Amino acid sequence: MTAPSVQGVRTTPAAAQPFGRGGGRARRRGHRLADLAGVGPPMVLFCLFIVVPMIVAVALSFVRWNGLGAPQWAGASNWAQFFRDPVAHTSLVVTLKVVVLSYVVQTPISLALGLFTAGRQRYRAVYAALFVLPLLMSTAGISLMWESLLDPNFGALTSLAKSWHAAFLQQNWLGDPSLTLYVVIAIIAWQFIPFHTLLYQVGRRQIPQVLYEAATLDGAGRMATFLRITLPQLRYTVVTSGILMVVGSLTYFDIIYIMTNGGPGLTTRVLSLDMYNAAFQQDQYGYASVLAVLLGVIGIAVAVGLVRFSGFTSMGSQQEGAA
Amino acid sequence: MRGSRAGRLLAVLLATVWLVIVLAPLYYMILASFRTQGTYLTSNPWVPSGGLSTSSYGTVFSAGLGRYLVNSVILTVACIVLTVTISLGAAFRIVRRTSRAASASFVVMLFGLAIPIQAIIVPIYVLIYKMHLYDTLIALVLTLSAAAIPVSVLIMVSFVRDIPRELISAMLVDGGTEWTVFRQLIWPLSRPVLATLAIYNGLNVWNNFLLPLVLTQSPNVSVLPLGMTKLEGMYSINVPAVMAGVLVSVLPLLVLFVLMRRQVMTSLGGVVAR
Repeated sequence: MTAPSVQGVRTTPAAAQPFGRGGGRARRRGHRLADLAGVGPPMVLFCLFIVVPMIVAVALSFVRWNGLGAPQWAGASNWAQFFRDPVAHTSLVVTLKVVVLSYVVQTPISLALGLFTAGRQRYRAVYAALFVLPLLMSTAGISLMWESLLDPNFGALTSLAKSWHAAFLQQNWLGDPSLTLYVVIAIIAWQFIPFHTLLYQVGRRQIPQVLYEAATLDGAGRMATFLRITLPQLRYTVVTSGILMVVGSLTYFDIIYIMTNGGPGLTTRVLSLDMYNAAFQQDQYGYASVLAVLLGVIGIAVAVGLVRFSGFTSMGSQQEGAA
Repeated sequence: MRGSRAGRLLAVLLATVWLVIVLAPLYYMILASFRTQGTYLTSNPWVPSGGLSTSSYGTVFSAGLGRYLVNSVILTVACIVLTVTISLGAAFRIVRRTSRAASASFVVMLFGLAIPIQAIIVPIYVLIYKMHLYDTLIALVLTLSAAAIPVSVLIMVSFVRDIPRELISAMLVDGGTEWTVFRQLIWPLSRPVLATLAIYNGLNVWNNFLLPLVLTQSPNVSVLPLGMTKLEGMYSINVPAVMAGVLVSVLPLLVLFVLMRRQVMTSLGGVVAR
């Protein structure tokens, strides 16, 4: 996503050229003032609350600090602690499970629903509008809703289990160690599939209709059209949606914090929860920063990797060429 | 889409299954919010019978939900105004390319797209604490706006870039200054994209949980997502009250959605798909 825009700025030089009026120096000073007034405020805000914390996070990972008094240099001991910490290893595995399963569950469903809602029929617009509803809810709201829905005693699923005589619906959804992680992943999917559906819907609508007409003339079937036209044309949507999904689920916190707080046992303990607990429950800011830096680095690495791997950067020049 | 009748029917069927998965929990929540604590326990949660009442809504408002609602509105409006105006100003300067510094800062801001807020939450907390802003709404306004800047600037730049350069040159030749160009040309032309971004950022701010959780504490600065979980702490056995709280917090967004559905949907999907 970054590359096309950077290129775009470079390829629009004309606006910067002088407009044939004299007084170059005064003009340049005016420009510099205008730039300062325009770019300054967001840069200050951004640097203060995003860039500086990023640097501080790395620095904090090398100190021992409980939030009071002066931080003490700790060398690599926080990092060594991470490699010895069995809880951190468990959280790493749980986090990877959340990432992989979220991707595997959400992508096909979002793709299918996106293609469905991209249709121009009236009733599909109604479906599309209703599909969006979970996006309006906060994670806190979603968590509280599902918590009471899944309550093993008075929950709505338990009541269904009774009236339909469907025993499998009667489970301790948020308390059974073999189930809870999958329940949480399902709820995350419920929350985010609508967003990715929208992405695929927008992507599908941007595919030129001519391609489909040509395919029909060539006698291509439904499957061939999907594999040869829809999917290749959607490759950038697949990458964008994939990056957002992977980075998003890597740092997923809210639902797990509210609904299970990592339990039962350590079955839903993810890295971001580990980090939150280390910092705000145990006052180990140094160790928490190790986990935070890891989250950031893995996230950036995955994003860059996906961009490279998919040749996403080449899209920029294509789009610029077409524009 | 073309295809066989059976294929189309299957597609509609599967989409309807997903629709049920989306709507059933919402239906359950609405119904539960209109029960009392007693009728919730005794009646079938899927059937709207056996006495509905609005008493839960009274309960949550007397428990302080109104305060949370006001805080959320203040926070969201402040963040929208702040991010949208400063991002547009920045985008204008970046597109004008009058100095290397402007382009360089654009590249810096784009890196922000890759930074998850979870990875920098500890230093943010320390920083806010040192600035004596802990437990204030200002802390949330500043941090949530900062987090929204990369996406906002990116979208604005891609929009402002499409404004014909001839218009800008013509205004400058006619004796206009950079400021008049911004105020009389860029600002009015950008209205639609401003609305799109306002909705996108507004939703994110309204629903954000982590920053309020870490940066605030007292009920008088709590925003809705955090306040709701506090309600749950107070009324853990009063499910109708908790559901009423959740519904009150989505209601403003639902109204917005009904009034401007198309705009909201482009905001959500279009901002990223662009």
